[in-house]
Amino acid sequence: MEINSDGRMRAITDTSFYKNQTRIALRNCGLINPEVIEEYIANDGYMALAKALTEMTPQEVIDEVLASGLRGRGGGGFPTGRKWQFAADAKGDIKYVVCNADEGDPGAFMDRSVLEGDPHSLLEAMTLAGYAIGAQEGYIYVRAEYPIAVKRLNLAISQARERGLLGKNIFGTDFSFDLFLRLGSGAFVCGEETALLASIEGKRGEPRPRPPFPANKGLWGKPTIINNVETYANIPVILLKGADWFGKIGTEKSKGTKVFAIGGKINNTGLVEIAMGTPLKEVIYDIGGGIPNGKKFKAVQTGGPSGGCIPAELLDMPIEYDTLIQAGSMMGSGGMIVMDEDNCMVDIAKFFLSFTQEESCGKCPPCRIGTKRMLEILDRITKGEGKEGDIELLESLAKSIKASALCGLGQTAPNPVLSTIRYFRDEYEAHIKEKRCPAGSCKALIHYEIIADKCKGCGLCAKVCPVGAISGEKKQPHVIDKEKCIKCNSCFDRCRFDAIRKY
Amino acid sequence: MDDERKVSVKKMSDEKITTDISFTKEILTKYPKEQRYLLAILQDIQRHYKFLPRKSLSMVQEYFDIPLSRLYSMATFYKALSLKPKGEYVIKICDGTACHLRGSNIIIDEIKKLLDIVPGDTTRDGRFSLETVNCLGSCAAAPVVVINDRFFGKVTPSKLKEIIEEYGGNGDE
Ligand code: FES
Repeated sequence: MEINSDGRMRAITDTSFYKNQTRIALRNCGLINPEVIEEYIANDGYMALAKALTEMTPQEVIDEVLASGLRGRGGGGFPTGRKWQFAADAKGDIKYVVCNADEGDPGAFMDRSVLEGDPHSLLEAMTLAGYAIGAQEGYIYVRAEYPIAVKRLNLAISQARERGLLGKNIFGTDFSFDLFLRLGSGAFVCGEETALLASIEGKRGEPRPRPPFPANKGLWGKPTIINNVETYANIPVILLKGADWFGKIGTEKSKGTKVFAIGGKINNTGLVEIAMGTPLKEVIYDIGGGIPNGKKFKAVQTGGPSGGCIPAELLDMPIEYDTLIQAGSMMGSGGMIVMDEDNCMVDIAKFFLSFTQEESCGKCPPCRIGTKRMLEILDRITKGEGKEGDIELLESLAKSIKASALCGLGQTAPNPVLSTIRYFRDEYEAHIKEKRCPAGSCKALIHYEIIADKCKGCGLCAKVCPVGAISGEKKQPHVIDKEKCIKCNSCFDRCRFDAIRKY
Repeated sequence: MDDERKVSVKKMSDEKITTDISFTKEILTKYPKEQRYLLAILQDIQRHYKFLPRKSLSMVQEYFDIPLSRLYSMATFYKALSLKPKGEYVIKICDGTACHLRGSNIIIDEIKKLLDIVPGDTTRDGRFSLETVNCLGSCAAAPVVVINDRFFGKVTPSKLKEIIEEYGGNGDE
């Protein structure tokens, strides 16, 4: 329930935040008690599994997933049904089902809510996948930073075992399947399938060249499918309501819904699940409630460190796998970070690149050395030491890294830089040529000054200044000693008369 | 003075290891001798000692009969594993995208001012360690700081000062 501006109450589902959402993956989150298996069962839980095991052949399960058009929600958007088919067709008696719950995108927390809010849906989906491809065991690789998720998954697994929903002869059939947890240990590259498998095997989580693809040679060399949490969360619904029903949601090439974690400079932060094809604008203004403090929208970043920034001109764009790629970004796992006029695009590019640089496992030189060189260039640009030709150099390095890195981490690492250059080249140029940061964010390039006309001499700024750089008589305009100033922004935040200018 | 302190901190941690070594033994008996359990074992050791003591690593090495360098390669690869003892209070500052945009770097600067440590460091008295982490899944409360398992949202420099004082502040002062 929420109170309206006119003081009347309305149902929470009628608020603009919820009204525009379609919840499939998040269908139970926040509505059921995740620690009580009966509540999941009461909401059609394990019905899809019962149906599949008793009425469908494994191939029919795969066909249904194929027909639904579901694509991987974790990154590239590969059709889930095709992945399953490959693994089902691969030769071998031992096969594995793996869930990537090592959400590492810095600014995204979609998986966490499903793991914590609806763990049984993941268990059910993985068991379904096991049935479809003929696997006997599955592993959930989950971030150790999510202790509640770990606890609830463990609880859910033991509940499912008690009720015979995991283990031997599920639903009295001759299908047996069990699930185990593995904890991640803080390595972003483990989101890459082959690295994740290496980590489950107890090794350093380094990727390896593909092919062979995990569907043929995965965990311990056996055929394996890997999907992320959100992808799995869609599966029980698809099997229960049918591929046709699912196919009606979304667009021609991107079916169903996508969960986004909206954050940054936006009024309503949080998780939203929208039908594919919803225009970005609707997400940011109708659901997200727009930009706080009357600031101007500048760009929205999707796809995390592998994605890019989408500028205001493209806000009408429908959210789909392919449109995002055309715009120089990607769906990724669903981080959606809104930036306003105070955010510097060069700094954002630097932020993401320093993240991937730090997380690069070091196995392949393009990623290990290339991203380092790019980062050095960005660093000097933000310090006002950029040189003519730096932008071109960044572009050419980016191209080579994209073409030659071993895994997805390296291949997509330059995207944040490329997309900001593409849409905000003038900002890069201002840093390089005029030694100026138009957003007023790069510390080395900004200066603070007190506008004498506006200063009332209240002395507040002098009081908050941590280094004593501001002086002046009471009731007289104050001045900032630029030598002493450490650009901490405290005075700017504190002044009630807009008398401090950043330039 | 500096060196003296370092020595005493080192001694302390060494002593603890000799008394506690039984825990490592106990862990090893719980797991079969298979490579697949290596990471899980290191995680357990890390959780217990808050770092990977050299002695424990030697025991793991013997148990699996693998070179120590293998363990070293694991320990340096995974961020959650550490070869150095951590402080009593581990301060984790979220530097995920949302927190970054809402000023996590100001919080990092403030910690430096207050405790004179940068990410990766431990204060000399061994009380505080500082780490940055990626998204803690609480972006709505950005910027986020976690001390041991306590969570603080919408942290500002002045709020941070109060928090650190609550934990005893900078012992040097
Ligand atoms: S970015 Fe800090 S909690 Fe998400």
